[in-house]
Amino acid sequence: MEKVITANGLTKKFGDFAAVDHITFDVNKGEIFGFLGANGAGKTTAMRMLCGLLMPSSGQATVAGFDVYKQNELIKKNIGYMSQKFSLYEDLTLGENIRFYGGIYGLTDKQIDEKSYLLLHQLNMEHQEKILVKELPLGWKQKLAFSIAIVHDPAIVFLDEPTGGVDPVARREFWNLIYEASARGITIFVTTHYMDEAEYCNRVSVMVDGRIDALDSPLNLMKAHNAASMDEVFLQLARKAVRTDN
Amino acid sequence: MKAITVENIVKTYRIKKGVVEALNDISFSVDRGEIFGIIGPDGAGKTSLFRVLTTLLRADSGTATIDGFDVIKGYKQIRNRVGYMPGRFSLYQDLSVQENLEFFAAIFDTTIAQNYDLIKEIYQQIEPFKARKAGQLSGGMKQKLALCCALIHKPSVLFLDEPTTGVDAVSRKEFWEMLHRLKIQGITILVSTAYMDEASLCDKVALMQKGRLLSVNTTQGIIAQFKKTIWAIKATEMFRLMNELKNSEAIESCYPFGQYHHVVFKPAANNSELLKNIAVRGHFTQFEMKQIEPGIEDCFMELMQA
Repeated sequence: MEKVITANGLTKKFGDFAAVDHITFDVNKGEIFGFLGANGAGKTTAMRMLCGLLMPSSGQATVAGFDVYKQNELIKKNIGYMSQKFSLYEDLTLGENIRFYGGIYGLTDKQIDEKSYLLLHQLNMEHQEKILVKELPLGWKQKLAFSIAIVHDPAIVFLDEPTGGVDPVARREFWNLIYEASARGITIFVTTHYMDEAEYCNRVSVMVDGRIDALDSPLNLMKAHNAASMDEVFLQLARKAVRTDN
Repeated sequence: MKAITVENIVKTYRIKKGVVEALNDISFSVDRGEIFGIIGPDGAGKTSLFRVLTTLLRADSGTATIDGFDVIKGYKQIRNRVGYMPGRFSLYQDLSVQENLEFFAAIFDTTIAQNYDLIKEIYQQIEPFKARKAGQLSGGMKQKLALCCALIHKPSVLFLDEPTTGVDAVSRKEFWEMLHRLKIQGITILVSTAYMDEASLCDKVALMQKGRLLSVNTTQGIIAQFKKTIWAIKATEMFRLMNELKNSEAIESCYPFGQYHHVVFKPAANNSELLKNIAVRGHFTQFEMKQIEPGIEDCFMELMQA
């Protein structure tokens, strides 16, 4: 199976503190991979290394076939990223946001026009390109942000708590977009605090104190921990944490 | 006397293109010593409601009281007796942990020592960092400090606006355990959250969406009002199963819920036979179906689309 992420002993130290401590895992093409962990477990640091934004202290990793040490600029071009905190420019219109991100990722004007049409059509937002992003409800904003994060058909998209605060219906519509993207071969790397969402993933890893403590399909994790839900699995694992989020 | 009463509160905001109805005829009341949850997504109006009740924002119409004091006429009394933890961290970032706490004690004309019992358990967790500037604390520590500052004058009513947003499952559980210990000490707590699963931790909840209250009741009461039958269904091919179910004319709604899809039929449909047919026709493997009790999120989704 084609690997979109490989990490081998990937480590990041800040002084003596190993924020990420020798993590080793692979993510397959088209997979929905849930990256779980308590606040302070090292998720954000790991994600920043994989996105080419932070140099590792040691270990190896490739993302979309590129090396995190030597080819981090190429990584940035071949991934998509969105988070709960930052996704789109609020004071630009929908159309302007699509044009801006399309431009950044090097799409031609013709490609941007085509993509704009397809994207707005898929979201049932035709003829709304002149609306300012800040006027959209959060659920719509996040669905739009996701679609824009994959406007350049990246090998992989990183989603950092994309559905926080989103209403329950919009949250499910958001996951529908994730399924569709994954069916098109885009790999999804997602963090969430909603444990029902962890159950939608093909495989899930749980970070505890900078290490990956468990990695398997939700079903196998539940079996192995004798738990009825991922919520229980997570609580069992995260409670073992020694370090707090300081 | 009720700790909180809210009657027909309306609050609108004017924006360029018209009027936003942030609070649309909101009425409910909270008993003393109750943990009352305002459950709703972003944009429901939770923060506007909290600002009206803490006397920081004037409603367009309607009345509200805290401990019997009117939010307009009695705002000074109210401000002395409520604790408020806003959704956004609002302490002084350039003061230390201890300085922040001393400051809030001083403006309420009290001392840390006087009400130390109330905050002791929470404060002990941040005490090792008491010389650190508040701006340099981690998210969890900021939250604990903000809670201490909101409690330092022993308020009778505590307002917590989305205290668990962005907080992991373990810390959320600990935070709620903390709230239950405050309740035992007689403090009334109004708490808002976008996490539907937290509803069951409240004595009573108001489900809120787009400025309106959808339902006010105990969690059990809300679930008892859900009159439809829910089927939980799963198979190996979950995404394809979802699409097949959505295409069926007999099905009213179908949503993913963790490992299962939750399905509600249109009233006339013959439930179990129909599901079995879909399973056979679609050649789904490891097909499983069962009738289940609705959860609060099922109820919320039903109510928000009614």
